[in-house]
Amino acid sequence: MTFVTGQNDFPDQTRLSLAEPRDFFALLKPRVMSLVVLTALAGMMLSPAPVHPVLAFASLLAIAVGAGASGALNMWYDADIDALMTRTKTRPVPSGRVAAGEALSFGLVLSALSVFTLGIMSNWLAASLLAFTIFFYAVIYTMWLKRWTPQNIVIGGAAGAFPPVVGCAAVTGSVSIESIVLFAIIFIWTPPHFWALALVKSDEYARAGVPMMPNAKGERRTRIEILIYSILLAPVGVLPWAMGFASIVYGVIAVAGGAGMIWYAWRVLRDTEGANARKASMSLFGFSILYLFALFLTIVAENGPAQMLVRAFGAVFG
Amino acid sequence: MEGSFVVNDTQGDQPKGAHEPGRRLTPEEAKSRRSRNVAIALGICFLIALFYVVTIVKLGVGIVVRPSI
Repeated sequence: MTFVTGQNDFPDQTRLSLAEPRDFFALLKPRVMSLVVLTALAGMMLSPAPVHPVLAFASLLAIAVGAGASGALNMWYDADIDALMTRTKTRPVPSGRVAAGEALSFGLVLSALSVFTLGIMSNWLAASLLAFTIFFYAVIYTMWLKRWTPQNIVIGGAAGAFPPVVGCAAVTGSVSIESIVLFAIIFIWTPPHFWALALVKSDEYARAGVPMMPNAKGERRTRIEILIYSILLAPVGVLPWAMGFASIVYGVIAVAGGAGMIWYAWRVLRDTEGANARKASMSLFGFSILYLFALFLTIVAENGPAQMLVRAFGAVFG
Repeated sequence: MEGSFVVNDTQGDQPKGAHEPGRRLTPEEAKSRRSRNVAIALGICFLIALFYVVTIVKLGVGIVVRPSI
C-alpha cells in the first residue's frame, strides 16, 4: 500500500539523529547530579518535619532532574566553547551526537517537568526555588557571567549551592537556617574547587575566550584567592557542628577536612612551576571533591537511616 | 505530483519502524530511533507509576473511607 500525503515538510532533512539514550543522559551531567542528590538529601534530612519516604524520593528525583535539565541547557548554549576544550569536546553536542536543538528541547521539557512535578509532589515554594536555580545556572551563569567576568564561578556557584535549600523547602515548606549554612559551605567551596582545575586548563579557557581567573587576572592572584577561600571555608564547614545540628564526628571530619583544604591550597600557592604546580592543583581539585562528599555524606549518615525511618513511620502512620 | 512525497510502508528490506517520509532509514538510524523510543516509553511508564503512587500516598487512609449512600 502506498500513501500519498501533502506538502513535503522535510526538504532538507538528510539524516535522522543517531543519538542514543545514553547521549541524552550525558547531557544531564550525571556526576554533578550525584552531588545535587547528596546535598539536597542532606537539606531534607536536617529538617525536623516528618516526610513520607515516597514523597521524599519523588521530590529528590524532581530536584535531580531539574539540575540535569540546567546541565542540558548549559551544554546547548556552550557547545561552541565546549568544542574548543579537550575536557568538553567529547560532550554530546560538540561531538555531533546530539543536535543543539535537541539538547535545548530536552533541557526545556525537563525543566518544566521537574518544576511542576516538585510543585505537585511537595509545595510551590520548593518548585519556585528549583525554577530559580535552573534559571540562575542556565541564564545568569551560562549565558551572562561565564563569558563576561572572572568572578563567573564565584557568583554562579550559588546555583550549585541551592539544592540543600530546595530539599529543605520540599520537606518543610520553608527555608531553615541549617539549609542556609549548607548553602554557604557549597558556595565558598566552589571557587577553590573550580580554580584548581582552571589553573591546569588555563590555556584552554583562554583559547575558548572564557575569562576564568587564571587567564584573566593571572595565576598568582588565583593561587592567593584559592588560599583565601580555603581559609574561609574551613570554619564555615565546621558550622553545622558548632551550631548543634551535626555531631562531634562531623566536627572532627570538618576540622580535618578544612585543614586539608588549607594545606592543599598552600601547596598550590607554593608550587608554581612545572609538574609540581600541576600536581598541586589537581591534588586540591581531587581533595575538594572528597571534602564536600565527606561532609554531606556524614550529615546524611547521621540523620539516617534510623532517624529517617522513625520520621517516615510517623509520616505514614502518624 | 510536484511538492509532494510518498510514504511506502510495505518495503520488505526497510528496517522495522522506518517510516521517514520520502526516504529510507539506515539501520543505524532505525536502531537509535528505536532505542530512543524505548527510553521515552520507559520514562512515561515510570512517571505514570510515580504519579499513581504519590496520589495514593497523598490520599492516605482516606482512600479506603467511602461515603455511605
